[in-house]
Amino acid sequence: MSATTEDTELVHAPTAHTEGHHTSTGVSNEKMGMWAFLGSECLLFGGLISTFLLLRGKGVVRGPQVKDLYDIPFTSVSSFVLLMSSLTMVLALSAVQRGLHRRARVWLLATALFGLVFVSGQVYEFTTFYKEGLGFSTNLQSSAFYVLTGFHGVHVTIGILMLISLFFMSLRGNLPTEKSETVEIIGLYWHFVDVVWILIFTVVYLIQ
Amino acid sequence: MSAAAAPTTAHEETVHGAGHAHPGDGKYVQIAIILGVITAAEVATYYVDLGVALIPILMVMMVVKFGIVAGFFMHLKFDTPLFRRLFVAGIVLAVAVYLAFLASMQYFGNDTTSEINRHSLGVPTTELT
Repeated sequence: MSATTEDTELVHAPTAHTEGHHTSTGVSNEKMGMWAFLGSECLLFGGLISTFLLLRGKGVVRGPQVKDLYDIPFTSVSSFVLLMSSLTMVLALSAVQRGLHRRARVWLLATALFGLVFVSGQVYEFTTFYKEGLGFSTNLQSSAFYVLTGFHGVHVTIGILMLISLFFMSLRGNLPTEKSETVEIIGLYWHFVDVVWILIFTVVYLIQ
Repeated sequence: MSAAAAPTTAHEETVHGAGHAHPGDGKYVQIAIILGVITAAEVATYYVDLGVALIPILMVMMVVKFGIVAGFFMHLKFDTPLFRRLFVAGIVLAVAVYLAFLASMQYFGNDTTSEINRHSLGVPTTELT
């Protein structure tokens, strides 16, 4: 990526948060709250992944097994798309911190678009599985699979809504460089959703 | 950290927070390429028979990807250790709790018909696959 005129004009602007935070811990309360939330989310997804592991390959008295329906090339592409959305997210944050608001909006929109592609892929996968005879209550492992991947999909969808909100905030001029921490906090959530998928992709799809 | 330490080009590091430097855009792109290569390697294992080495190899690649995203994209490598402790505490707690949970359900044993299946399905053990 080459530096543009916009870069050279605005890159000298002071970055946000260089003065530190006046809190008892010396760090932003909002950011610490998000990290605490993400720590608790580890327990949520840990429980869902463990349940899937426990029920995988067991108790299939009717219907197909989930692993027989996986389309690994398709899921690999959607995993790659989600991974790249983390790149666009961090580039959006970097742009906001440097005062490059137009560029930040492009990256925010790209991140939301990548997320939308991922969720669409998940909807397609669920539809295909259902047509193959694997409903939510077909067997224990299908329930565990849909709950785990469905919960992740809901998280991605919430992330998309937050990204779109950020885009419109920026468009209305409500997202100045001084408020770049808002983008950083939502970015943390988005990256977390990405790392959870890194786990799910390996444990659920690749290790059979 | 003074404003004088602000970047002079778009590709240099951004000074942020309590004086911690974040990587520049070029570095982020390099990291994304590394992540893409690891993902490609993960997918390749699906088509190659690696035998008993498959699971350890996949787990290592998964942990490396997790670490890279958390360390660089989530800035854990550069931010205050307090955030790292909060996140790691959640991970450690989750791993400990669910390893105990899986062990109690005989996940790691040879018994292929755990208690949960026997009770929830209400079918004879021999019918379970």
